[in-house]
Amino acid sequence: MENFFRDNEDILFHFEHMDIDRIIRLKEDDFQNPDNSPYAPHDLEDAKDSYTKVLDMIGEISGENLAPQAADIDKEGVRLIDGEVRYAKGTREVLDIFAKADLMGFCFPRKYGGLNFPAIMLAIAAEMVARADASFLNFGLQQDIGETLNKFGSEELKSKYLPKLATGEFGSSMILTEPDAGSDLQAVRLRAHQDPDGKWYLNGVKRFITNGNGTIGLVLARSEESAPGARGLSFFLYERDEKMVIRRLEDKLGIHGSPTCELQFNNARGHLVGERKRGLSRYTMWLMNSARIGIASQAIGIAEAAYREANKYAEERIQFGAPVKDLPPVYEILTEMKISIEAARTLLYETARIVDLKEGLEHLKEHYPERADEVKSDLKNYARLTNMYTPMIKAYATEMANKVAYDAIQIHGGTGFMRDFDVERHYRDARITSIYEGTTQLQVVAAIGGLTSGTIITALDEYESEDFSHASDLHNVLLAARNKFEKALVYIKGVEDADLVSYHARRMVEMAIDLIQSYLLLRDARHSERKLKIAETFIEKMSTRITMNSDFIHDGGSSLLRNHREIIG
Amino acid sequence: MGLNLIVLIKQVPDTQNITGNAMKEDGTVNRGALPAIFNPEDLHALEAALTIRDSTPGSKVHVLTMGPPSAVQVLKDSLYRGADFVALISDRRFAAADTLATSYALKCAVEKIGSYDIVLCGRQAIDGDTAQVGPQTAEKLGINQITCVSRIEDIDVDKRTITAVRSIEGGYEKIRAKLPILLTLTDEHYLPRPPSAIKLMTYKSASTEMSNTDFDESYLTSGADLKAENTISLWDINAIGADPESCGLAGSPTKVKTIDLVVLKSEDLRMIENTDESIGDMVHELIADHTLG
Repeated sequence: MENFFRDNEDILFHFEHMDIDRIIRLKEDDFQNPDNSPYAPHDLEDAKDSYTKVLDMIGEISGENLAPQAADIDKEGVRLIDGEVRYAKGTREVLDIFAKADLMGFCFPRKYGGLNFPAIMLAIAAEMVARADASFLNFGLQQDIGETLNKFGSEELKSKYLPKLATGEFGSSMILTEPDAGSDLQAVRLRAHQDPDGKWYLNGVKRFITNGNGTIGLVLARSEESAPGARGLSFFLYERDEKMVIRRLEDKLGIHGSPTCELQFNNARGHLVGERKRGLSRYTMWLMNSARIGIASQAIGIAEAAYREANKYAEERIQFGAPVKDLPPVYEILTEMKISIEAARTLLYETARIVDLKEGLEHLKEHYPERADEVKSDLKNYARLTNMYTPMIKAYATEMANKVAYDAIQIHGGTGFMRDFDVERHYRDARITSIYEGTTQLQVVAAIGGLTSGTIITALDEYESEDFSHASDLHNVLLAARNKFEKALVYIKGVEDADLVSYHARRMVEMAIDLIQSYLLLRDARHSERKLKIAETFIEKMSTRITMNSDFIHDGGSSLLRNHREIIG
Repeated sequence: MGLNLIVLIKQVPDTQNITGNAMKEDGTVNRGALPAIFNPEDLHALEAALTIRDSTPGSKVHVLTMGPPSAVQVLKDSLYRGADFVALISDRRFAAADTLATSYALKCAVEKIGSYDIVLCGRQAIDGDTAQVGPQTAEKLGINQITCVSRIEDIDVDKRTITAVRSIEGGYEKIRAKLPILLTLTDEHYLPRPPSAIKLMTYKSASTEMSNTDFDESYLTSGADLKAENTISLWDINAIGADPESCGLAGSPTKVKTIDLVVLKSEDLRMIENTDESIGDMVHELIADHTLG
């Protein structure tokens, strides 16, 4: 029996040691079971036991049902027949299993038929699914749209649609991008207008819509004729009818099992979600943040799959009379792959934990207003951390997955270039992760604010208050690196040239990620000798990277800004 | 008007994933070394029952198993997949039952449930492979039976008939019979549904509850919140009104005389030429002695 939960020692390690008691208490209203649900947990142990059992279930479906079909799903792809999307056979079969297993409402409240699981469990589940088949995750365990609806929609919309999403009867999609509004969503043009009765109608074209065939979609549209930019945009729920046409499916490099649609709305009825004018600034941003963690999980899943293939191949492939895994250039690559996956995972869970705390505290504030004051400062802190960590993990995990998938082919040599082996699929599938839900470059833009505002210092100080006596030498190396980073940060904050700040932003954010991951790996090392070795090797190279990056920033390093016109025209 | 469906299931050692110490030195199965699983064809029988229930409003699926207390796991699994009622038939006096004593106990348990329309079980269990318990239970109940059912084509609730497709050597036959009936199912058509995460969380802490009282049928017609649905009933020999002389070792005419340990090992090496003809001959030979196919 293949089980992607049971066979993953690193996931099991984190699952055992992660600190989620407060998250569970917040998520479960201190076990008061306000909805009187027959499957609500009674206490912390009960909740964790349910998490284990359900992750076990998803691990088995991923390993036994989905992974064996991934190659066929990739080959068969999706088709548009008479205006309707047809998934590959394997996709349809496993969607049916997920629906019957009641997994489609993984994070939704129980009163709508969901499991009420926290984001940190979704991160684990999503990785396992993506390891089996990256394309499937985009709709197979899609929670972001339902969660956004749950957070901002009216009770009427929630009770109408969430139960159907939870049973899998309805699929969903987020409908944001347009031909001229990609990274720059403020340029969205799809028009929403109201008839005299106050009903909203949508007109226009959306492009690159993942799973645009979903029964419901959340559409970003321009509701205010006169207001340019983000202020003119609102968010609408659209339920599939004949007023929206899927014009075409994109022919893509990877994630062939996931339909990418071009949609044309012809006076289609929309339902306003939340308040007008807050479509981009509030709802889309929340949705994207949630989705970015999903993409990070997806990327780690792809990387895990690619690494396993590479490691296995390196053990079996004999050259020069021995397995190639014994050769230093090969085991160096494999070791770096493994370390970067574990560094991503620990940052993923840290991010999801922060998001869960933020969401849990918001839930508490909303449902128990008398306790709002008591959690005010915590909530503010976790909201800031969420805004910094989310783009960080999205950037790191997706770039890492691309590198790991690239290296996995390299380990295979010529064989890896052939379609007969899975690594070329992982390579193609990984490529989109650093693009959709915001490119890495946009993640840097989103994260840099957390550096200049000082959130990063608060975060690092928080780690610093922990005990690292089990690895004091490594801790000292980390402190020295942090010192260099902070000097660079002071320098950048003093620079008045916006282009120069923008130019170094990526290096700054990479340094911050490096430092956070070092702390997290040292924290993990408290429980495991092996993790201590990972921390040692990671921190050794981290320190050198920080020196390089900070030197580059300090010593000028801006000739590119002066020369680029002459060089690229 | 719904149907009362009863599924008979068995927890078995997983003989499909054999590890090194699967057999004891005396040639018997080392049950401790093998994971205990839901007998595969019984899962298909459960799925057939659930499918019928889902398409016939008002129907109920009852699942019964005879076994040690650990067999509770397959009953929980049945609840996770959607069974309405489960009971464990367990008593020291059932121990060492052969197929005759087993089918007698199951007959008593089925009758304890009272009115029923269809009894379903897997064609055979992967430990004993006898395929006797289903047919014997039908005989003892005095009802019709169709064995090796691959697919149920139709159930006419008003006329009380069932039409089923039965696997036979070289093909299929279609049989129509009167209810009540016992069916034994193959694994050809009813792909078992997965356990539901929600039901798993609902029933994972379900415990067995000793019930010596008469079976309470009231829940069959009332709402879904009765206690019988949240627990696993435990029926002992008295609860099902069985005669101890017909149960367990006492009720088992089958006696194992000896066990021969057969260890397959190749005794010589044969080289064949790398030609289509030689390879073809070899394949035919392997098919003839049942090594292949």
